[in-house]
Amino acid sequence: MAKDAPPRWDRRMQQRLARGEAAALGELYDRFAALVHSQAHRMLDDEDAADQVTREVFGYVWENPEAYDPKHGPMRSWVARLTHRQAVRRLRGAHGEAEGAEAKAEAWSEELEHRVLKATAAARADYIVASMPAPLRAALELAYVQRRDYRQAASDLGVTGDEARRRLRLGLQLLSTANTRPSADSAPPGYGPTP
Amino acid sequence: MNQGQGDGARDGEHPVERRIPGPRAAADDWDCLPPAAFGSSEPPEPPGPPFSHRVLKSLLGAWALAACSAEETAAVEEHLTSCAPCADEALRLRDAVGLLHTDGTLDLDPMLRSRVLEGCLGRRPARIPVPSWAAPYDAETARLDALLRDIGDSEWHAPVRLKWFEGERQVNRRTTVAGVIGHLMAVDGLVSTALGLDDPLGEGGRPVSPTERTESFWASARRPPTRAVRAPWRDQSHTLVRTVSFAGVQDISVPYGGFALPLHDSLLERAFECWVHGGDIADAVDYPYEPPASAHLHDMIDLAARLLPATLAGRRRAGLAGPARHLVTAGSPGRSLHLEVEGRGGGDWYIALDSPAALGSPAHTVAQVALDGVEFCRLVAGHVSPVEAAAGQEGDREAIRDVLCAAASLSRL
Repeated sequence: MAKDAPPRWDRRMQQRLARGEAAALGELYDRFAALVHSQAHRMLDDEDAADQVTREVFGYVWENPEAYDPKHGPMRSWVARLTHRQAVRRLRGAHGEAEGAEAKAEAWSEELEHRVLKATAAARADYIVASMPAPLRAALELAYVQRRDYRQAASDLGVTGDEARRRLRLGLQLLSTANTRPSADSAPPGYGPTP
Repeated sequence: MNQGQGDGARDGEHPVERRIPGPRAAADDWDCLPPAAFGSSEPPEPPGPPFSHRVLKSLLGAWALAACSAEETAAVEEHLTSCAPCADEALRLRDAVGLLHTDGTLDLDPMLRSRVLEGCLGRRPARIPVPSWAAPYDAETARLDALLRDIGDSEWHAPVRLKWFEGERQVNRRTTVAGVIGHLMAVDGLVSTALGLDDPLGEGGRPVSPTERTESFWASARRPPTRAVRAPWRDQSHTLVRTVSFAGVQDISVPYGGFALPLHDSLLERAFECWVHGGDIADAVDYPYEPPASAHLHDMIDLAARLLPATLAGRRRAGLAGPARHLVTAGSPGRSLHLEVEGRGGGDWYIALDSPAALGSPAHTVAQVALDGVEFCRLVAGHVSPVEAAAGQEGDREAIRDVLCAAASLSRL
């Protein structure tokens, strides 16, 4: 719901936040909290850390609404990007504290980069699922969550078996792009350019 | 992880030796294995019609999700040993399945919202704050919306039985989850129109009483309401919170047909209804649903306590309550019932028994009722009868009965 927010909503929200309207902050939370929290949770695998990232992201947006540039894409992407950045910072921070001798540091950082990569792919995948066309998402959900085979999924969706197969394959093809970007810092597809 | 993935692709259609392990199970645990995968006594050998390359390719997604028949699975896996492009795609799609997960966005702690917003406002105070009297409405609509976000399409049609008291009897009305949201939207529309905003029921000649508005909304729908009702309901509640944040609206009164409430009480009443019906919906779809934050619950109980003396007087006029005993001059303390509410949102209230113009007073207490805050709210919501309400009672029997019945009579559709 409320996925492809019209740019008008984004710009108006930005203005209201800049004006210091607490009601706008509530609406912002209602629209994006699930995205922020689930993405942070996916990356950090920790409830408290995800809560903390959620606070940080909304705190940042509330204090710096002017940092959003509508020309660089929807507010949703911006918020996702902030979440990613904050979660990566937290991963790095946690490792930084644990860091000991110089020799160990390198092994740590390698493992850390691996974790950041995995977490980034996971978060990107969630974002892709959330923003893919609804018919593809519905087909994937039937097959994956409800464990329907493609014929059952086809009849649930009221489409042919051919169409159900097509949707499952297309959905997974889209999802597989989450694994293709190598750099930990690169923005997930659809996030727009990094600031 | 996928080193060497590119090599096969460059070999084009040449047969490749590697054998790709079968797809992982769709979700974490299978209760039972897919039929005929194992343990079938018949060999899966003779596939009926041979599959074309095009069909096999189209099956790759379903194969990766373990969502095709045993026969198709076998055919796909056979094909993957001899077709490199398909083998590559199969690997890619199967890895993509690993990125799916089921725990999704469920269980976002509903209390996190107030913590996050508080944190934000601590860092940068609002120039246009949400008034404290609108906070319960803001919180309850957000909580209900979070529940609605998590329920599936079919659950919107789950039956819900709305209960309330009419006269002395509990009555009920059957609707659906979507019908309940339509009800909330139609009645919230009273506040919208009082504020000069659009009426969700449309323009002109709309009924004023909550019940008539709800019936009108239900009757005007050509088809049973669906989850499509969520967006307009939510838009309206967001608009209300935004609008009341601006100055110049505090003195507005909201007409309810037979009576009117000041704007801040009206929003409190709407918050109460939102919680109560959120609970009805949660019961219908088998979700947990907590009572409001204790400060908000306290305000809701306080509103009911403030409405009781006038309600009692109305019932007395209708012959539903015992006669007044000691009339006092307006503004003086009169015979009172001590309402002691325990637990979350609790406190002490003194309900003037003989006239709404009298002041409730500890010194003039003739009876005492003690009950839990949530139980009191269930009584006010008409979910439990005055006789069944688990309340400790002491003192004037008639006063206790009249007050409990008056509390139940605050309920309506």
